[in-house]
Amino acid sequence: MRELSTGPGRVLVAVYAVFAVAATGRSLVQLGTDAGRAPLAYSLSLLAAVLYLVATTCLLRGGEVARRVALVTVLVEATGVLVVGTLSYLVGDWFPDKTVWSHYGQGYGFLPLVLPFLGLWWLLHPGARAARSAGDEQTSCPPPGT
Amino acid sequence: MTGWLVVTVLLLTAVAAAWTVVMIVRDESPPSDRFFVVLGVLLLVLVVQLVAGLVALATTDRDVDGVTFVAYLLTVVLAPPFGAALALVERSRWGTASLLVALATVAAMEVRLDALWAAAGA
Repeated sequence: MRELSTGPGRVLVAVYAVFAVAATGRSLVQLGTDAGRAPLAYSLSLLAAVLYLVATTCLLRGGEVARRVALVTVLVEATGVLVVGTLSYLVGDWFPDKTVWSHYGQGYGFLPLVLPFLGLWWLLHPGARAARSAGDEQTSCPPPGT
Repeated sequence: MTGWLVVTVLLLTAVAAAWTVVMIVRDESPPSDRFFVVLGVLLLVLVVQLVAGLVALATTDRDVDGVTFVAYLLTVVLAPPFGAALALVERSRWGTASLLVALATVAAMEVRLDALWAAAGA
C-alpha cells in the first residue's frame, strides 16, 4: 500500500520540510527586521515559504485531493523560481537582497530549481497514482493493517 | 564560536553521511544501532554548540546577526532527530536517503553558522 509520503515520497517530504522551515524562517526574519529594504524580495520569500509548507502538508496527508493541490503548488513553485530567477539576473535592482528563488536558488545549491520538477515527477509517477487509489480506499473503507 | 566545534560537527556529519551512502548502496534499513550512536554523538555536539553559541553571542563584541544566528543554532539541533525519525518510519532505501537529506542540511547550516559569525568579525 503506497502513499504520497512513502518510498521516494519520503525523501521529497524531507527536502520540502527543510525548505519550508528555511523559507519560513528567512522570510519572517527579513520581514520582521527590515521589511522596507526589499519588499518585493521579502514578499516572494514569504510566498515561497507558504508554497513549501502547503506542499509538505499535502505530501504528508496523501489522497487525491492533496495530490491535486500539491500539483498546483509545485507548478506555481516552478513558475516562481523560473520567473524570479530570470528577473534577478536581468533586473538585479528589483532584488537588493537575496530570496530563496533569486538566481534560480543559487544560495541553496540550486535545489529550489530542481525541487519542483522532482515534485512534479513524483506526483505524476505511477507509484504516487497508486497512492491516490489507496488514499481513496482508506477514506471509505480502511484496509485491515498495511 | 570556536572553530573546533564547527570542525567536529562537519567531521561527524561527513562520517555519518558516508555511512548513510554505504547503507543506501547495500540496501540496509533501518540503520544499525551503531549508526545511531554516531548520530547521537552528533546531536550531543550540536546541543553543546547551541549552549556555546548562545554564550559566545552574549559575550562577544562582534556585530553578529543575532536573530538568524540563534535560529540556526536551534534549528540545526532538530535535523538529526528528524532524519532519524524518517529513517525509522520508512524502512527502505528511501528512508535512509531521507537521513542523508537531514545530514546535508546539518552540513549546510553549520557552514552558514560559521559564515554568519565570520562575517561579523572585524
